[in-house]
Formats: sequence, C-alpha cells, structure tokens
Amino acid sequence: MRALRRPVGLVGVALLALVLFAAAFGPVLWGDRAAAVDTADLLAGPSAEHWIGTDNLGRDLFARVLVAARLSILLALAATAIGMVLGFLLGAAPMLLGRRLGRLITAAVNVLVAFPGLLLVLFFAVVFGVGARGAALAVGLAGAPAFARLCHTLIAGVSERDYVAAARIAGVGRVRMLWRHVLPNIAEPVIVYATMTAGAALLTFAGLSFLGLGVQAPDYDWGKLMQDGLNGIYVHPLAALGPGIAVVLAGLAFNLTGEAFAAGPRRTHVLPPAGPPSPATTPAATTVLSADDLRVTIPGPNGPIHAVRGVSLTVGDGEAVGVVGESGSGKSVTALAVAGLLEPPVRVEAGHLAVAGEDLLAPGASRRLGTALAVVFQDPMTSFNPAHRVGPQLAEVSRFHQGMGRRAAFARAVDRLRAVRIGDPARRARQYPFEFSGGMRQRAMIGMGLMGEPRLIVADEPTTALDVTVQRQVLDLLADVRRDTGAALLLISHDVSVVTDVCDRVLVMYAGRVVEELPAKDLRALARHPYTRALVAAVPDMETDLDRPLAVIPGLPVDPVEAPAGCAFAPRCPLADDHCRAVPPPLLDGVACHKAGEAQ
Amino acid sequence: MSTLTFHEVSVRYGTHTVLHEVSLEVPEGETVGLVGESGCGKSTLARAAVGLAPVTSGAILLDGRPVPTRGRRPVQMVFQDPYSSLDPRMTVGESIAEALPGRPARRERQQEIARLLALVHLDPGRAGDLPGQLSGGQRQRVALARALAARPQVILADEITSALDVSVQGAVLNLIRDMRRELGLSMLFISHDLAVVRYVADHLAVLHAGRIVEHGPAARVLGDPRHDYTRHLLASAHPLKEHT
Repeated sequence: MRALRRPVGLVGVALLALVLFAAAFGPVLWGDRAAAVDTADLLAGPSAEHWIGTDNLGRDLFARVLVAARLSILLALAATAIGMVLGFLLGAAPMLLGRRLGRLITAAVNVLVAFPGLLLVLFFAVVFGVGARGAALAVGLAGAPAFARLCHTLIAGVSERDYVAAARIAGVGRVRMLWRHVLPNIAEPVIVYATMTAGAALLTFAGLSFLGLGVQAPDYDWGKLMQDGLNGIYVHPLAALGPGIAVVLAGLAFNLTGEAFAAGPRRTHVLPPAGPPSPATTPAATTVLSADDLRVTIPGPNGPIHAVRGVSLTVGDGEAVGVVGESGSGKSVTALAVAGLLEPPVRVEAGHLAVAGEDLLAPGASRRLGTALAVVFQDPMTSFNPAHRVGPQLAEVSRFHQGMGRRAAFARAVDRLRAVRIGDPARRARQYPFEFSGGMRQRAMIGMGLMGEPRLIVADEPTTALDVTVQRQVLDLLADVRRDTGAALLLISHDVSVVTDVCDRVLVMYAGRVVEELPAKDLRALARHPYTRALVAAVPDMETDLDRPLAVIPGLPVDPVEAPAGCAFAPRCPLADDHCRAVPPPLLDGVACHKAGEAQ
Repeated sequence: MSTLTFHEVSVRYGTHTVLHEVSLEVPEGETVGLVGESGCGKSTLARAAVGLAPVTSGAILLDGRPVPTRGRRPVQMVFQDPYSSLDPRMTVGESIAEALPGRPARRERQQEIARLLALVHLDPGRAGDLPGQLSGGQRQRVALARALAARPQVILADEITSALDVSVQGAVLNLIRDMRRELGLSMLFISHDLAVVRYVADHLAVLHAGRIVEHGPAARVLGDPRHDYTRHLLASAHPLKEHT
C-alpha cells in the first residue's frame, strides 16, 4: 500500500474507486432514469435537468453514461482476463510442456507479437462476428501474445533460481511448481501489467463499439454512446464528448494505479540533519592517507544505516594496511569513502579525510586527486565496460587526467598491460573484457590504476571472486607494483590469510568501528580483542585439528540500523559484562575492548 | 545410505565438453571432497547426478542402478547461494514440507519439520518464518534440512559455505561433520577451498578441466600429492607458511 503515499497513486486509486462504484451501482441507481423515454425533449442540449442533454428518444445522457460504466468495465475486465489466462498459459508452455514443444510455442508467440495489435483485434472481431461477446474475445485474444511474452520472460527468470531446481529435485510436479513457486514470485509485475492492459482494453472497446463492431443496440457502452452522439457533434458536442470523457477518466484510473504500483516499493528516507561536526583536525605530514573520526551514514528503508561510526586510520608512504571484517562491518564503505566514491544522499563526515594531500571533504577533490589514487574492485566481471575494448578503457585515464593524445595514451595502455604481466599486450589491448579471464581482468584493472603515478592503491576484496591459484598471482602482482612504484596499499578483505600475507599493519572492523589495530604478523598469535581471536580461530587452515569442532562465533552480526549503546560485540562475546553492554570501549593502545587480552 | 557411482560420465553442451569421462565413487557413509577451480566442471558433476544437467554418455548409478532423474530424487543437493535456494514467498516449514515423501497428515508433518529443524540446530519455532527473516547461515541450515527431509541416500553439497561469512562457515562445517557421524550420510562435498574440504572429507578428488586428475584418501592426497596440478593447488593454499 506504499503506492498510496504518492500523489499519482492516490489520484489513481480514488478515480478507480469512483469508476468501480459507477460500474457496481450505476444500473441500480440510475437505470430507470437512463431508460425513461421523454418524447417531448428529444436531442436536447445541456440543461439543469439533463446535464449533457438527451438522446434521440429523449433519454438522459448523463444517466446513460453512468449506467454504461458497468458494461464498459465488465467487457474491459473480461477481455483482460481472457488475455491474461491465455497469455500465462502460452508463456508457461516451456515449463509445462517441456523444452521442445515449449520452444515451438514461444516462436509462434514471438511472431504474433510482431503483428500490430489493432490488426489482430479487427481480424478476430470479424472472425467472431459483431457483438459484445465477439469483441471481448477479440480484444482478449489480441492481447494474449504480448502478455505471453512478458510471462515467458518472467518465468524464465524465476526458473533459473536455485529454489526451483531444489523443488524439482524434491519431486515437485510441473503444475504445482508453477502454482507454488513461479506464480507468487512473478505476481507483482504481472498485476501491474494487467492494470495497464485493462486501461488499454477499455480504449480498444470504445473504439470497436464506435466503429460498430462492438456492443449492439439496445445494449450500450461508452463507445456506442459516442457513436450515437457523433451525428449531432456540431449541435450538441457534449453528447459525444461526455462518454469520451468517461473513457478517458476510467483509462486514467487504471493506468495511474498501475503506474503507482509499478514504481511503488522504492521508498527513500531522507537522512535526519547531521549532528555536531567532528572537530576539524589536520593530517600528519608523512601520510598518504589520513582519516580522522570518519562517519558514513546511508539512507535505508528502515531509517539511516550507520555504516561507519568513527574510524580513524592513517596509511604512511609506501605502507600496506589491511582492513578485515565480516559483511556489514563497514570495511567496504570505508574503502569507498577513502576513494571519494560516495555521493549524496550518502553522508560522509570526518575531522579530516585527506588522500595524497588533497582534502576529500572539499568539493571537486576527486578531479584534483587525478591519478594519485588507484582503485581495484571485487568483481572483475563488472569493473570494465563490456562494450569497449580494454586498451582504450585504460587509455581514457591518461587522456582525461594527463591530457595525452589518443596514440600516446594507447601506447601507454599497452605498456601498462605488459607491466601487469599480461602476455601479448598489444593484441590483448584490442580485445573486449569478455575475452579476458577473471584473473586477467583483475590484473588489467590494476594496470588501469598504474596509468598514472598512484601513491595509494585501494583494493576492495580484489581476490575474493578469483580461484586460489589466480589469487596468488594477483597478490604477487600487487606486491611487485608496490615495490616498483612505492605506492601505499589499503587492502580490504574478509580473508584473514590474504591480509596477513600482504600487509604490514591490520585494522579489524566490527559494526562500523575499528576494534583492533595491530601488526599483521601478530594477528594470529597476539590479538587481544576477543572478536579478532574468534575471527582467526573460525577459519580452518591446512593445519586445523581434525578431531575438534571448529571455533564458532555465537549469535548474529549487529544490525547497522540499530547501533548498540555499549560495545557492539558484547552480545556475542564470552567475556562481556554489564559495563561492556553500557559503555563503548575507546580504541586505546590499538584495541577497543574493556577486557583486552583477558583469557577466554 | 548407499553408494553413488559416476561411471565414465561426460557432459557436453554443443561442442563444449564440460566433463570428460569422469569416474568417481562416493562410498556408503563417507564424505568425498571434490576440489578444483571455477569452470572445471565441479557443479556440473553434481547437477548431472540429480538430472539438472544432461549426461551425454556414461552412467550415474546408485547401488548399481541408474539414479532416477524424475520425481523425488534419492540424491539431494544443497546449493551454494542460500539467498537464492529458498523460495522467498514460502515459509521455512512449507519449503521443508514440500520435500517430505508421501502425504503425511498435518500433525505428523509438523512433527517432522520440527525434528528436522532441531537436527540442523535451528529453533523449531522458526518454521513459520520467511527466508527474508533469516541470516545466510540459518538459510543454509534450512536448505540442508529440506534436503534431509526427502530421506536422501546421498547428499551433494555444492560450495555450501562459500557465500557465508567466516564466523558462520565454521558452524555449518561443524554441522556437516555432526550429521555424518549421527546419520551416516554419504556425501559429495564440493568446494574450491582446500582447508574446508580437508576438514570434512575422508576422500579427495581433484577435478581439472573436466577430468579427475587425482583421487584418494584425503590425508594421502594432501600429504603426498602425485599430480602436478594438485601440488599447484596446495602451493596456492599455503601462502602463509613463511609468515606463521
């Protein structure tokens, strides 16, 4: 019912209620008045008694328009229902009848969709003969192919989901599958489409009746009334326009309602005004990245999400710093904020946030930052534009930031691809991203970062989507790049072993805060925060004792919408007491814990 | 429980051969780990066993007879992504009930659902919850309960922990080991993570480019790898040796 909160939805639903009311009660309330013949008042114009005049038997036209609502709406709904049921069955054919027969039906539907709808309607109207029943069948059948196409696409999307495969393995039959698994999951777009179709069907009917192919006397719908009124349009325009306006209003009612539901579920919450700003501080001189009291707030469906809640971090020149944490810990959002990639409505606040000497909180910083910053994302499948060749995408960096010519920039792109150890770089630069393997794409992405002279590389889960053997190559490459260029590295990962392998220093994040900061070599043996210890213990490695159960962290991660008052880890921590639950521990001497270092 | 045998199974899509005459046995009551990199055909092998991938040649046998690929399968599968393997519009209880054999009476059905949820260490009171109300680890347990509901003879676990956070992964792996001990499950456990496979598997098979390149007791394959590719995999999984 969220659609009702928007003005479009409200108007649509109100109109629809009016139209449906007229359809339900019109003949009861105004039936007698619409049938009353008054030979003394034939073809009269508008008056106080007859608002839009009378017809050639002196019957009140306004009452007739109201009474005609029932037949008009019923016919439109009947035609929509016929089209939907038939369309759904045709669209579900591949699922119900198996692959081969389904493919045949789908092909037939595709051919039918190519026919103009009106042509089909006229064709069927002639086949079924003139009259209300024939018209309903004609409009319904003509609408079926388009609906079948929609259903086919939606059903194909749902049948690829694992839960459909799981149900098949569990022995669920085809009809039950369609009824229990497919229909509920495609219902939303189908209902929206049906509402819109009902509006269109209404218009088509009015057209058919107007042409004399639809409702026949003595029955009448809005189209028939328009046709009757047309003869006197120059004398009494309202006689034809009245039913026309009714068609427009009813059509609008259906379409606006559908429109509102189609755009319905997306709800945006505006963030409450910012609290007092963190006191402005200045970054230390020798750092390439310095952030003080970084806070990131994201508008969410259930209120603001405090993704990062006061993180301070520095990365010195040439240093490699890792950030580890589970999903929802705020590590990726921190990386995005540091890379200057967060935009309103996401709110970024900090005492200071400086990369390579540029203040990222000031406007236009990312442009000035230029190529001093390189970013590598998790998914190498989506970080390149699939429609452009790889070389020119790399070259674009130098053309934009360093003002190089096309040829020079391309030559540098080839050189950089060679630098990230892509074989035959001149040929590879002319290929599209899909011709690269995942590991190669990730290396090309690092190559893109090397088009300039990066002082900091931000890598967000750069190896998570890659195979173990390829992970190794990418991590080695990052190490080589650091050695060759002296760039610093901020490496975000959920994988403790990746971070300890590559980094000098590690920050452990939990619920938007840094809970521990320590040298990477101490992570496994000398961690003092209970969360860090649990995280390290929970990951099996090649030396894990096979006779004991794995260590687990009980409970669930914190919901970032509800930031807890005390230590966020307290509900899952074996050492927590009332003090922990009430007072948030500050990050002191590299660890944010009231019980730091205590035995569990 | 029974023995699942892949006998020279090939799977071909058009001209692209995904599996080349793969032979593998999952013995009664044991867990066989299957490792390999993405695209090597691990998932296809599992999907072929339940009729989700077409077998071009060869046979998949359960105790010597072909595995049925219609109706309720005696071989059940747990999928990688717990966010897509449960119908978002069906409650946990309904999803599990669907896999129950026969048409048990309402009371019986509820008892069975409660028993299965308890078996995977979930509160039976959650039977009325929709998947959206559960965390990833909880969903994966429901998926496991659904697979068990069909009274399977063999379970195929396809990368069941790779979409989970590390803190949750441990709980699911412990559960898998408990199940094997308590129920004597035969299982094919597919993963790209050697450390994870090492923790749950008795036997280990290494799949590379659609072929099994090495197969044997897990301790032997990991301790004394004979194929170059296995050695390569092991070397990649040991990046930390020099640091710890």
